[in-house]
Amino acid sequence: MSFASPMIQEPASVPEPAVAAKVAARNVNVHYAEKHALKDVSVDIPARAVTSFIGPSGCGKSTFLRCINRMNDTIPICRVTGEITIDGKDIYDSRLDVVLLRARVGMVFQKPNPFPKSIYENVAYGPRLHGMARNKTELDEIVVNSLKRASLFEEVKDRLQESGTGLSGGQQQRLCIARAIAVSPEVILMDEPCSALDPIATAKIEELIDELRSNFTIVIVTHSMQQAARVSQRTAFFHLGSLVEEGSTEQIFTNPKDKRTQDYITGRFG
Amino acid sequence: MTDTSMAPPETGIRTFDYGSDEAQARVKRRYKTEARFKLYGLLAVLFAGAFVFVLLADIVRKGMPAFFEHRVVLTLDLDASLIDPTGRREIDVLRNADYNKIVMDAWRANFPEVTQRAERRRLEALVSSGAADDLRAAVIRDPALIGQKVRFPVLLSDDADLHFKGLSTRISAVAGAGALDVKVNGREVELNGSGQPFAAILADVKAGLMQDAERVGAELARLPASQQGGNNAALDARRIELTQKVAELRRRAGDAGSAETIDFSAMPSRIIRAEGAAIRLQEIGPGSAKGFLLVAPQREIARLESWTVATFATPESNRKASDADISWLETLNARGAIEKAFATRFFSSGDSREPELAGIRGALIGSALTLLVTLIVCLPLGVGAAVYLEEFAPKNRFTDILEVNINNLAAVPSIVFGLLGLAMFLNFFGLPRSAPLVGGLVLALLVLPTIIIASRAALKAVPPSIKEAALGVGASHQQAIFHHVLPLAMPGIMTGTIIGMAHALGETAPLLMIGMVAFIVDIPQAITDPGTVLPVQIYLWSDLPEVAFQAKTAGAILVLLGFLFVMNGAAILLRRRFERRW
Repeated sequence: MSFASPMIQEPASVPEPAVAAKVAARNVNVHYAEKHALKDVSVDIPARAVTSFIGPSGCGKSTFLRCINRMNDTIPICRVTGEITIDGKDIYDSRLDVVLLRARVGMVFQKPNPFPKSIYENVAYGPRLHGMARNKTELDEIVVNSLKRASLFEEVKDRLQESGTGLSGGQQQRLCIARAIAVSPEVILMDEPCSALDPIATAKIEELIDELRSNFTIVIVTHSMQQAARVSQRTAFFHLGSLVEEGSTEQIFTNPKDKRTQDYITGRFG
Repeated sequence: MTDTSMAPPETGIRTFDYGSDEAQARVKRRYKTEARFKLYGLLAVLFAGAFVFVLLADIVRKGMPAFFEHRVVLTLDLDASLIDPTGRREIDVLRNADYNKIVMDAWRANFPEVTQRAERRRLEALVSSGAADDLRAAVIRDPALIGQKVRFPVLLSDDADLHFKGLSTRISAVAGAGALDVKVNGREVELNGSGQPFAAILADVKAGLMQDAERVGAELARLPASQQGGNNAALDARRIELTQKVAELRRRAGDAGSAETIDFSAMPSRIIRAEGAAIRLQEIGPGSAKGFLLVAPQREIARLESWTVATFATPESNRKASDADISWLETLNARGAIEKAFATRFFSSGDSREPELAGIRGALIGSALTLLVTLIVCLPLGVGAAVYLEEFAPKNRFTDILEVNINNLAAVPSIVFGLLGLAMFLNFFGLPRSAPLVGGLVLALLVLPTIIIASRAALKAVPPSIKEAALGVGASHQQAIFHHVLPLAMPGIMTGTIIGMAHALGETAPLLMIGMVAFIVDIPQAITDPGTVLPVQIYLWSDLPEVAFQAKTAGAILVLLGFLFVMNGAAILLRRRFERRW
């Protein structure tokens, strides 16, 4: 496995990673009104692998994550420049339908946010919206499969009609994951999915992420370096709005090329 | 500064003794101010509570009589030749029969001695003009009654009704002392008795005269003093007049044995009751009296062994019910012919110039139709505006101005909306005057800002994570809002709407402008029929001179308050039931 060059600031020198890039970002800049939140980020995210974004608070990792499914569009003052492609297609192309993009790029949020509806309805909402099931049987199948994939089915199979908000925090987060995978996305973005959970629930989610890797391209933002080390194959370190270093998780954690990465992972700041 | 390895500077932090007297005193002061503030709060709440209690108690006390009416049960002869001479029971014939004659014949039969025209008028005025309508309705409902003699409750007039509600005069009755010889000459009566049977009554009359003398004396004392060199002839004349009046009253009151003639415009009336008869005393001496037979006795009387004298405290000319009226009514009451019943009429009939016939149904239906129009216009428009402004409108100067103006609209005096309604809906669009349709539109303008503001607040209270979740699975902006945000905001929107509707229900001023203040007897059947609403009905009634309308006013206020309580209660319930915490 070869590593991306540490000299990210020079985008021309970014080499092709070994595995096929599912998502590729080139010179992405984000401004919140006057604030330059993300500076010239270029990165390749490989398919069917977990890529984690680490960095201190306010470094722009979540902002970048939200660029990948254009969630930043909902913030009026936010301006994105540069190019992000999924399978080679520019997602900021004006002809591209942002709603369909978000169906292809699912998202799991920091705080579990199930709809205040039944567990079944939570998962069925997306497939129903996109007309993925022709009848009730098909819909049931999608819901059950999604819940199974999210390792939640066994726990909730007897109470699918009960409210999703009645579940525990970890179960709610897995429900949100089930909801995301129910619409068959290609990429799943996770924005600190375990920050509101206890260690046991966190362990379950991490296990789940590892399982989902075989089918989905997963990007995870995390504050926990241990989590990044445990679940991801590739890691990108952000600092003050710039991508400092990106490489295999093993390399970043054992042999970082940049002094700032080294300082961060050894706990000297952040 | 954040570096924890640095030692604290030697002199940087001052030591502070929290146990010192000064510090203790400060703590004590803190507790005291807190206790004082709590006390102020409690006092304010108690004060407000006392006011609410007094207000409610007063309205209930004044309004309760409106829910009851008095009727006299008469045996009516439903003569077939009068009602339906053809015998075919045609509805038009039944409707046009002279029921008033049937009622009045039965009513007058109670007092055959009343023959004089003016007196007969007074007697007939005690029965409501609506009594014949009641009988007509009963006969049309059940034509089998024709040809029978039926006991039928006949509605009394407002003055008679007020008498039984204790609003005519205070009546005190005492037993008379000693037997009386009675000499009846037509309606004139002479009463004589040995041992001064009228001495107590005469003393009472004289005491009343003394009180009058004192009252006139006080009035005299209040007159401004004559000015030095001034020439105010009118004032001087008045002073002389009052001085003479005081002297005259004092003389009459002091002369214990002299007979007195009752002045019915200024003195309480005294009525002798015995054997079913009522005799009003006109001249009272210690041993004899002259009177007028208001109600004839059931048999000839020459001597009365036991009798009572009733005093009507208010002089006759100061009240609506005359001495004769009260005597007739009391006679019937003593016979057990008067009944008190719940006034369903208050809820089932429209407005009327006769207080005993007036009801709030017209106003209730008018209010319901008006609110219906308001709701139909307001809810979709208000919620739509709120959703657009909160979720879709671009945030720029124009929408800022729009927002400020919507908030300001909520503070515009309601009568201005009435003027707008008059200019737009009546004059420009030519919609019908006095119609619930126009009233509803005007109230919709009034309530719209309230609903928009409440709806926006409810939409804002839905956490953005719900919207993000929906967007995250590929819902469009509109889908996310209509599928998730709006349903979650609905309880808040409903609460705001109900409160807005309650506001609209109590609104009067704008409706005056569009002619809903008219006197309308018919109950509106459609939103384009002329009608009025409950608060305007209250306003109209409160303006009328008849005493009985005071009770109607308070009664209608009670009904309005009831509806407002129910609506606000519903809003609270809704909020409790569906309130969601994230």
